[in-house]
Amino acid sequence: MALIKTTNLNLYYGKFEALHSISIEFEKHQISALIGPSGCGKSTYLRTLNRMNDLIPNVTITGKTIIGNTDIYAPNTDVTKLRKKVGMVFQQPNPFPFSIYENVVYGLKLAGLKDKEKLSEICEQSLKEAAVWDDVKDKLNDSALGLSGGQQQRVCIARVLAVKPEIILLDEPTSALDPISTNKIEDTLLKMKEHYTMIMVTHNMHQASRIADMTAFFLQGKLIEFDKTSKMFLNPQKKETQDYISGRFG
Amino acid sequence: MDPIKESLLKTSRKAKQEKFGKLVTFLCILLIMVMVVAIILFVSLKGMATFVVNHVSPFDFFFGVNWNPSAKPPQVGALPMFLGSFIVTILAALIATPFAIGAATFMTEIAPRTGKKILQPVMELLVGIPSVVYGFVGLAVFVPITRHLFGGSGFGIFTATLVLFLMVLPTITSMTTDALNSVPRNYRESSLALGATQFQTIYKVVWRAATPGIMTAVVFGMSRAFGEALAVQMVIGNAALMPTSLTSPAATLTSILTMGIGNSVSGTLENNAIWSLALLLLLMSLVFNSLVRWIGKRSSLK
Repeated sequence: MALIKTTNLNLYYGKFEALHSISIEFEKHQISALIGPSGCGKSTYLRTLNRMNDLIPNVTITGKTIIGNTDIYAPNTDVTKLRKKVGMVFQQPNPFPFSIYENVVYGLKLAGLKDKEKLSEICEQSLKEAAVWDDVKDKLNDSALGLSGGQQQRVCIARVLAVKPEIILLDEPTSALDPISTNKIEDTLLKMKEHYTMIMVTHNMHQASRIADMTAFFLQGKLIEFDKTSKMFLNPQKKETQDYISGRFG
Repeated sequence: MDPIKESLLKTSRKAKQEKFGKLVTFLCILLIMVMVVAIILFVSLKGMATFVVNHVSPFDFFFGVNWNPSAKPPQVGALPMFLGSFIVTILAALIATPFAIGAATFMTEIAPRTGKKILQPVMELLVGIPSVVYGFVGLAVFVPITRHLFGGSGFGIFTATLVLFLMVLPTITSMTTDALNSVPRNYRESSLALGATQFQTIYKVVWRAATPGIMTAVVFGMSRAFGEALAVQMVIGNAALMPTSLTSPAATLTSILTMGIGNSVSGTLENNAIWSLALLLLLMSLVFNSLVRWIGKRSSLK
């Protein structure tokens, strides 16, 4: 059974319909890429999965999204619990202006974990998982803002991993980074696939083809096509997908 | 000479305009610089006269507890007023800061739309109310209340603290609001995305990231409280005695200054001693200013 299942999801900003009847399913332990031109709704869709759209006034959502066995838009949903289960990495590396250590253990401290040894242990483990441990192990108490962009982004990934989510949403995680850092992050994501389900918005078609198992193409608020990445890039079923991937527009 | 070469060698009209513009702005800043230096020099010279001309020892001035420059022999201990100023300033800031942080948090985090539209303009209005109005309010409301509650005349440090609290609250609040607003939105987003509640986000991330700004706001409010003369003078009782209780009459540097400067003859020790108080006040405001700059600099280094 699919881990994430969205059926007939519509999203309105005020009266503007930003997503039209999206139905899509994501399997466990896969990386799925959401591609499409700017303003097509892929980021908006991504943010429905951890209810970050709740923060924007005047958003209405209809339809169903089920993660595991729970309808995440049911009225009694604990949004903070949902967000612990569904972590998010943003486009801009955005560590807090605290030390690296404090950044990583932030989510754990929220949950009330106080045991120092346990905290350091999880901190180290998360930083290793995010492949940034060797860069920062000697300066865990330095401000995270002193790191390079790529290192900051990996610390942000570690910060998400520390709270042990099942699903990680990535909103163009490498678009603000240089190619070398991008490469490192992609390697990290591929290694993380064993334990996590990841959904990634990207503008970089090569990135999607390099690391995603599945790719979804969005256009003007609609899901045009969703299939195995290899099939999407080699033999797309829809003309719009073909045009976008071959660079004829967008 | 050919025309192209000639036009290149001559200063063009635009270049002249550029020079003129630079000159005008330079003159403006020069005027301000001259004024600042002149004020500091003038107050320093006048203020030093107590020590140089009248041979009062600085130790007696700073640590003496009796202020009576017209007595024989004259007593010019400024400690009572110095303490008075410090106590009212610190107490007012201590009371005002939590309220200011609370109000600013409401305006930026809880109800940002109403905050921007209604609450912030109201706060700014409060900043602009003349201090004599605050003094009147203190005189008409706080003095009788204090008298009822604690006995005595009702004039004193406690009442002055309340008036100053009212006066600095809008200043600190509005600067704290700016500090909270300048915390990047993505800090809040990433905290919420990690499963924090809004309240956890506010006190673990927003306040912490805004701490330098909040500290600047508090120091700014303190410097305003320290320098406030009129409103304090109206409610503190103006008795230049060592403060022994919060509800007995006391004095601050500014209140003695405004009271004394018109009632003394230039050149006498009495007059010089008041200038020394003014010098002290000027130095204190320099200290406050440097503190604000220091906090700002330290936070931008990060």
